Parts: sequence; structure tokens; C-alpha cells
Amino acid sequence: MKPLSGVLWLPPLMSFVLITGLIECSIILMDLPAYLAPRPSAVALALFIHAEELLKATRHTGIAAITGLGMSAILGALLAITLASHPLIRRAFYPYAVFFQTVPIIAIAPMLVIWFGYGQGAVVAASFIVSVSPIIANTLTGLLSTDPALLDLFRIAKASRLDTLFKLRIPGAIPHFLTGLRIASGLAVIGAIVGEFVADSYEDGGGIGTAVEIALKEQRTDLVFAAVLMSSLLGLIIFWLVSGLNQLSLKYWHLGEFKDS
Amino acid sequence: MKHRQGAGLKLRGIHRQFEGRPVINHLDLDVAPGEFLAIIGPSGCGKSTLLRLLAHLDQADQGTLDRSEADLDVAFVFQDPCLMPWRSVIDNVALPLELQGVPRHHRIPAAEALLRTVGLGDAQGKFPQQLSGGMKMRVSLARALITRPDLLLLDEPFAALDDITRHHLDDHLQSLWLSHPMTVVFVTHSLSEAVYLADRVIVLSAGGGNITLDYKVPLPHPRTAASRLSTPFIDHLRTVSEAFEGHSRTLA
Ligand SMILES: Nc1ncnc2c1ncn2[C@@H]1O[C@H](COP(=O)(O)OP(=O)(O)O)[C@@H](O)[C@H]1O
Ligand SMILES: [Mg+2]
Repeated sequence: MKPLSGVLWLPPLMSFVLITGLIECSIILMDLPAYLAPRPSAVALALFIHAEELLKATRHTGIAAITGLGMSAILGALLAITLASHPLIRRAFYPYAVFFQTVPIIAIAPMLVIWFGYGQGAVVAASFIVSVSPIIANTLTGLLSTDPALLDLFRIAKASRLDTLFKLRIPGAIPHFLTGLRIASGLAVIGAIVGEFVADSYEDGGGIGTAVEIALKEQRTDLVFAAVLMSSLLGLIIFWLVSGLNQLSLKYWHLGEFKDS
Repeated sequence: MKHRQGAGLKLRGIHRQFEGRPVINHLDLDVAPGEFLAIIGPSGCGKSTLLRLLAHLDQADQGTLDRSEADLDVAFVFQDPCLMPWRSVIDNVALPLELQGVPRHHRIPAAEALLRTVGLGDAQGKFPQQLSGGMKMRVSLARALITRPDLLLLDEPFAALDDITRHHLDDHLQSLWLSHPMTVVFVTHSLSEAVYLADRVIVLSAGGGNITLDYKVPLPHPRTAASRLSTPFIDHLRTVSEAFEGHSRTLA
């Protein structure tokens, strides 16, 4: 086991050293100015020097993204249940759910400022808008792909609609819901950062989007890249949290059999 | 308490078609209360369609289907055990009672007792994915019987299992039927399983749902592993088998 685990992290580390080294060398050799392309070492230095502000900004954005994701989870699941309840409701309202998926967030973000004002409200709303549709779509698929034999069984037992919903359709859709939540987790971070570009109030120092904006204005590309790295890190952390939740609930619901994607 | 001995069924001129193609073609059939009826026939001949009609999961286009009691308790067993993976074995078995509103402290002991009779007394806390195919099917059988149905419909229930497991399940089904009077309609594609279990075997023809053979198996119940090898059993099997294959040959 020991030598194998050593081998496992060695290739990515070597590729990382190789790639950052190559970038560093070519920037030095081509004599590119820092505002065009920051050297990896400068980015690392910026990360180190501004660690405290960057962490604060990451926390700021993280809170907005998790709030947006949580709203997506709750409202998305409720909307999916409503859509699943009747084919007519589905025909009438599913197009609006698709709207959330196709709406260019950058275009309506200014509207969010008008509705919610500058600050976390608009940022959370942006995060919600971009992350809700995978949850609706996946949960709806789950609710509509109930095993027909089990549905027959419920019919023969003269089960009520509510029993069929709560004891069969919803539990069966939980793995799909969790898949949707995992997809939504990455989008929620993107939505929050885009929201901050437009709507951040700078209160509390602002979030990652704000940090990127300020750094760009000052042509501090090293800081821009440092902030971008932090946003990737935030995306990863939220993804891990959701995956952990996923694992836990699959275990709790004994859905090992269903673990799809 | 109502005295129950199973449901009688009376089908007259039952007709069912899909997209203009008749699947059940003016079928007449009587099933006596408490009878164990096996149905065999080539695949696609309408066996599942017939069972769905009997279960009121589907409506016939023409004809009448009378069941001897109005509020008949029906149970259905599919080829797939279709258990709910998020429920423990005992909660799967107790589900039909739960849906009827029977309180937990009544339904759990009933499910426990039934699980013991199918030899799964130790497995009640387990979850479906921890069970073998044969065990899942026994859970599915127990779930079907928990409401003490008057009519039990089975659609090729043991077809996916190996021979030895299937023979065990045949015996479980037989003893459940003997200990609890109910009418059983059992669809299978195994001739020997049909003859082993049933009072009466009918053979459905391909494309039309006509009965080409209606055969009473006069062997006494309970039948045991030894009877699978007895001369009378083999004679009955041969008769049914000749009728089945003779008919298939005229089609080929
Ligand atoms: N709901 C349905 N819609 C259309 N065709 C159907 C439907 N149910 C069954 N059929 C057709 O009816 C025929 C008989 O099906 P089935 O009763 O399942 O046969 P068996 O169980 O004997 O194999 C098949 O050709 C099948 O395609
Ligand atoms: Mg069939």
C-alpha cells in the first residue's frame, strides 16, 4: 500500500512543478510585463502576503454561495415536486424552469441590484438563479422515473396520492436530487462571484469577485490569479461538502444500489 | 370476521387489444375459489396482460370480469422482486399494511411472523441490497401475503432464479397457499413448475389468447421434492408438454 500511495500523488505534483516551472521560465525568457502575465512565483507571493484578506473574501463569497445553494436545494426540490404532480402543470410551467438555465446571469445581474440593492441579497440571488435548474431537472427526472412495478403495487394497495408521493416517489428521487446538488454546487460559486462583480457592496471587504475587480483596476494580475485560485478552492470545498453529504445520505437511505453517476 | 376461502373469478368474452392488435381475444375462463391455477404460453401471448386485467390494473375493451367479492384483497408478485432499497426487509414486508393505515405495533409482528415462515426470521433488519436474489423474492412473497389476500397473482415470479432456489420458492409458495386459503393465478414458462404447483394448468395460444389446453392435475397437495420424480407426475408433465409443444409446432 505504502509505495502505491506515494505513486498516487507523485504524478500530479511532478506535472504541477513542470508546468509552473515552464510558465515561469517562458515569462522570464520572453520578458513579458507583469500586467500581461504574472509569474507563478509572484502569484504565490501574492497569495502569501494577502492571505488574510483573501481568506476573508473567500469566506464572504462562500457564505453567499452556500446560502444560494441551500435556497436552490429547498426551492428546487419543491418546484420539482410541484412539476411532477401533474402532466398539465409540467407542460405549463416547465419552460420557466428551463428559463433559469438559459438566462445569462451577467445580463440580469444589474436588475438584481435594482430589486435587492447592493450587497449580499443580490449576490445570493445570482447564486440561486444559476444553481437552481440542475436541481429542478434532476429531481424531476427522479420523481418521474419511479419503478412502474412499484407504482402498480401502490395502486393495487389503493395507496393515497400523498402516500405514493412521500413513501415512493420522493425517496426514490433522492439520489437524483443529490446528483443535481453536486452539479449545482460549482455553479453556485460562479453565480456568487458574478453577482459580486455587479452587486457587491464592499461591506466587510467584499468577496472574491470584489477582490478580482479591485485587483484588475490596479493592474495587479498576480492578485487576480491569487483570487481566482481561491475561488477554485472554494468551489472544491463546497463540492467536497456536498459529496460528503451525498455519501452520508446514500448510506442512511441504503441507496448503494442506485449510486449512478 | 369474514370467512374467506379465496376469490372466484368468472371471465366472459374478455377482449383486450393494443394499437388495433388483439392480445386477449374473447377469452372465457372460470377460476374456482381457492384454486391454484397455472398459466403457461409462449412469450408475448398475453399472460401479463391477463394478470393486469385480473388485478384491475387495466380495463378490458369488451367482456365481463366478475370477482366473487366486491372488495377483494388482491396481491401481485412480479418477476422482479421490486423491493424499496431504502426500507429494511421488515418495513418492506409491512408496507401494504402501512398503506392501509394499520398501526406499527400491529403490522411489525405480522411481518415478523410471515418472514419466519419464509425462513427469513433473521433478516428482518437487513436491507434489500444485502440479500441474494432468492431471499429478495421470498421478501416479495411475504409482502404480497401480509394482507392475507383473497387473490394472489404471480407473473413469472421465480423465472430469474436458479433451479434449486426456484424449487425452494415453489415449496414456500405451496405451503403459504395451503396454510392460507386463497386463489392463486401463477404465470410461468416452466412446464414442470406449473404441473408441480397447480390444481389446474391452462395453456394460452400465441396471438389471440385462446386456451389450447385446460388440464386438471389430480395429484394431492402438499407435493414434495420426491413427487417431482414420481411416475404420475412425469405422466402429467408429458401430457401438458405435448399439448404445449404440439401447439407451438403448428405455429412454427
Ligand atoms: N401497454 C401496452 N401497450 C402496447 N402493447 C402492449 C401493452 N402491454 C402489452 N402489449 C403487447 O401485448 C402483447 C402481449 O404482452 P404480454 O401480456 O406482456 O405477454 P406475455 O406476458 O405473455 O409475454 C405483446 O406483444 C406486447 O407488446
Ligand atoms: Mg409477461
